[in-house]
Amino acid sequence: MAEKKKDELLHDHNNDGIDRRGFLKCMAWAGTGALCIMQGGVLKSYSLSQMSQMGGKAPAGELSFAQISDSHMGFNKPANPDVVGTLKAAIDKINGLSTKPEFLLHTGDISHLSKPEEFDTVDQILKGAMAKQVFFVPGEHDMLNDDGKQYLERYGKGSKGAGWYSFDQKGVHFIGLVNVLNLKAGGLGTLGHEQLEWMEDDVKHLKSSTPVVVFAHIPLWTVYPEWGWGTEDSAQALAYLKKFGSVTVLNGHIHQTMQKVEGNVTFHTAASTAFPQPQPGKADSPGPMKVPAEQLKSVLGITDVNYVRGQHALAVVDSTLG
Amino acid sequence: MKVHVGMAGLLVAMVAVTVLLAGPRSVAAKAQQPAAATAEVKVDNFSFGPGTLTVAVGTTVVWTNHDDIPHTVVSTEGVFKSKVLDTDEKFSYAFTKAGTFPYFCSIHPKMTGKIVVQ
Repeated sequence: MAEKKKDELLHDHNNDGIDRRGFLKCMAWAGTGALCIMQGGVLKSYSLSQMSQMGGKAPAGELSFAQISDSHMGFNKPANPDVVGTLKAAIDKINGLSTKPEFLLHTGDISHLSKPEEFDTVDQILKGAMAKQVFFVPGEHDMLNDDGKQYLERYGKGSKGAGWYSFDQKGVHFIGLVNVLNLKAGGLGTLGHEQLEWMEDDVKHLKSSTPVVVFAHIPLWTVYPEWGWGTEDSAQALAYLKKFGSVTVLNGHIHQTMQKVEGNVTFHTAASTAFPQPQPGKADSPGPMKVPAEQLKSVLGITDVNYVRGQHALAVVDSTLG
Repeated sequence: MKVHVGMAGLLVAMVAVTVLLAGPRSVAAKAQQPAAATAEVKVDNFSFGPGTLTVAVGTTVVWTNHDDIPHTVVSTEGVFKSKVLDTDEKFSYAFTKAGTFPYFCSIHPKMTGKIVVQ
């Protein structure tokens, strides 16, 4: 189970390069609410309590948004018999953030069985968010039985193909990708030729100083291929983003927070608001993981993202629901 | 005469009984095929069990989802395709032709299986 980490002060690193130990410490803290900001190649880390002492000023910047994922509305097995309650708790948590997010990203598996009433319930709960705009990308659970027709009708306005699109907010370029359709037997997630061509064209004329955020359901890096946790043709997509100084990739699907930094790209997966899944290889299969009821909220969560103009990377902070 | 009628009556009775006995079966033989064989695939823990199932032509294979997460059963060659199966839901397909039929779960494509029909 997730180890309990103390909410203590971390050190600034005044090295020229990235301090490996500090870097690893940062990554380990990511799941319990720590903030890692890259400033000119130097990794600075802050705990949540340190941030609150600063009055929420340090990480607050010009753009703030929150990511939720894998609400699986309709799931009702022992791992969480109340996914409505935990989604509401996630929205409450987001509404309580010191820097209010301007919009939300939902990285898919909105519903559990693609049922209309499941989508309706999520839409209803999201109305309780102070941030009124929500941007979605579908998970494989959202495209059952109809290859995503219902998903597109509900959430795909202005999107292309299976539901990919891009938009800009305060100088940050957002790209929503769909990697859960036309999955091949034995395969991983897939973006497909048409979407990749669209993406190449979409970013072609952007300045390399534009921060880019890519969001898609299945991780765009290979987390654990045995469980299908990866995207077959993501390398091509990432090649189109090579010129950018700051790329943040936000994914879901694996129901746990994970982070990886590769050059200018920060990959990050969010926790689910519904149920956790085991760490790679730590169970027979990636199914819903049961934890004692009183621990459930500690393995579900939201992600808060802040962008400060001039900073290299976006600040990505995970917090659990309890 | 008496004997003759008796014999005829007995014969009629015997024929009648034979017809009664034979009747349903012959009706059945015309209206139904021989009882169809079924075989089972258990879907559980993100896997199909058995992974490869060999059956005779004419067998109906029944997949039952025992997992706590939904799955689908989709032929890679487009021969059959289930709707999404939640826990305890089933999908059946009657294999009337010999051959090898690989399939997978379209939600979790790493889940693959094969039906061999001989």
